[in-house]
Amino acid sequence: MDGIHDMGGMDGFGKVEAEQNEPPFHAPWEGRVLAMQRAMGYAGAWHIDHSRFAQERLPPATYLTASYYQRWALAMESNILERGYATAEEIAAGHALTPGKTLKRKLTTDVVKAGMTRGSFYRQQQGPARFAIGDRVRMKNIHPKTHTRLPRYVRGRAGVIELIHGCHMFPDSVATDRGDNPQWLYTVVFDGAELWGPDADPTLKVSVDAFEPYLDPA
Amino acid sequence: MASHDHDHHHEHGSELSEMQLRVRALETVLSEKGYLDPAALDAIIEAYETKVGPHNGARVVAKAWVDPAFRQALLSDASKAVGTLGHVSRVGDHLVAVENTQKRHNMVVCTLCSCYPWEMLGLPPVWYKSAPYRSRAVKDPRGVLADFGVTLPQDTEIRVWDSTAETRFLVLPMRPPGTEGWSEDKLAELVTRDSMIGTGLPKKPGEVS
Repeated sequence: MDGIHDMGGMDGFGKVEAEQNEPPFHAPWEGRVLAMQRAMGYAGAWHIDHSRFAQERLPPATYLTASYYQRWALAMESNILERGYATAEEIAAGHALTPGKTLKRKLTTDVVKAGMTRGSFYRQQQGPARFAIGDRVRMKNIHPKTHTRLPRYVRGRAGVIELIHGCHMFPDSVATDRGDNPQWLYTVVFDGAELWGPDADPTLKVSVDAFEPYLDPA
Repeated sequence: MASHDHDHHHEHGSELSEMQLRVRALETVLSEKGYLDPAALDAIIEAYETKVGPHNGARVVAKAWVDPAFRQALLSDASKAVGTLGHVSRVGDHLVAVENTQKRHNMVVCTLCSCYPWEMLGLPPVWYKSAPYRSRAVKDPRGVLADFGVTLPQDTEIRVWDSTAETRFLVLPMRPPGTEGWSEDKLAELVTRDSMIGTGLPKKPGEVS
């Protein structure tokens, strides 16, 4: 979706301000949110793309003013409610009113390390890769209403395949419960001027990682 | 902390306690439903606070600086190469190391959300997840570098890697001159988090004891 989350190339957000000696968390609840997200992910309650899509659907003003972990908490509530893991009444009451659904596993103290290690996104390839390293490709000009990992600033732009990462689960499908739908994944590199016009920094090159359905031959 | 941050916290003090209550309610519900073990949450938080951090990435960079075979292995398959190091926690399948040279400087961003090599660098800093960084890194990276006090030669190619899939990028910075004969442990002290994101450079030899 063409949401506020797709920020590449926007102006007006000001300087990047780094906080010196930044703590891991700025409030105890932030750690709880992160840990809950890891635990629910380990349990198979939803996928990371469902979390991203839930954040993207937040009202733009909320997205911009909420802190990072506030967005995570809001997205988690959406996924809990939409997937029937708890009801709004239970969250309001702060207690379970009925037993939970059965999940495939539970994160316990003996498997914490496994819960913190990223899973593999590789999937069995469905056919040969359409493109090879060095091929020129043009990103499709598409505007899906749902989750996609094709940023606006590269749509319609031409670049070159630089790396091939194998076949990965396809976020556009996963986020909308249409299965893994594995797709070849490439790093596509663009000249700055292709993205930002003749005034671009002449030394700039930008790459995105792009799934094969995003690409046309150029 | 900048003064405006200070004000910000005052303005939103009640909001933060509201978040604490809201998150506590969520955790209670999910625990009572049988989905969560609060003790496992404690262990995860402790690990992120104490074990996972940029020291993991720094060890990898320092080894690549002293061991040409490891450097080559890292650049061809970073997940595999890092997996061979016993002292670094296991990484997922999709780590890619990108090397800075005299001709090219690499910088990593996630314009769509906050993708970051957590297993190598720990929790991402707030600025990495912020709108200013996500919006500008792909369009005006030299301006972003200036915000960090970094100026590169005008003819250096700036390569920005937008992490739009599950691939995670680790910048392999250039080894600072004047460190000949240094041990891996001592070299690792020069490797900052920001130098592995590409918004900073390693410390100079004189900056560590």
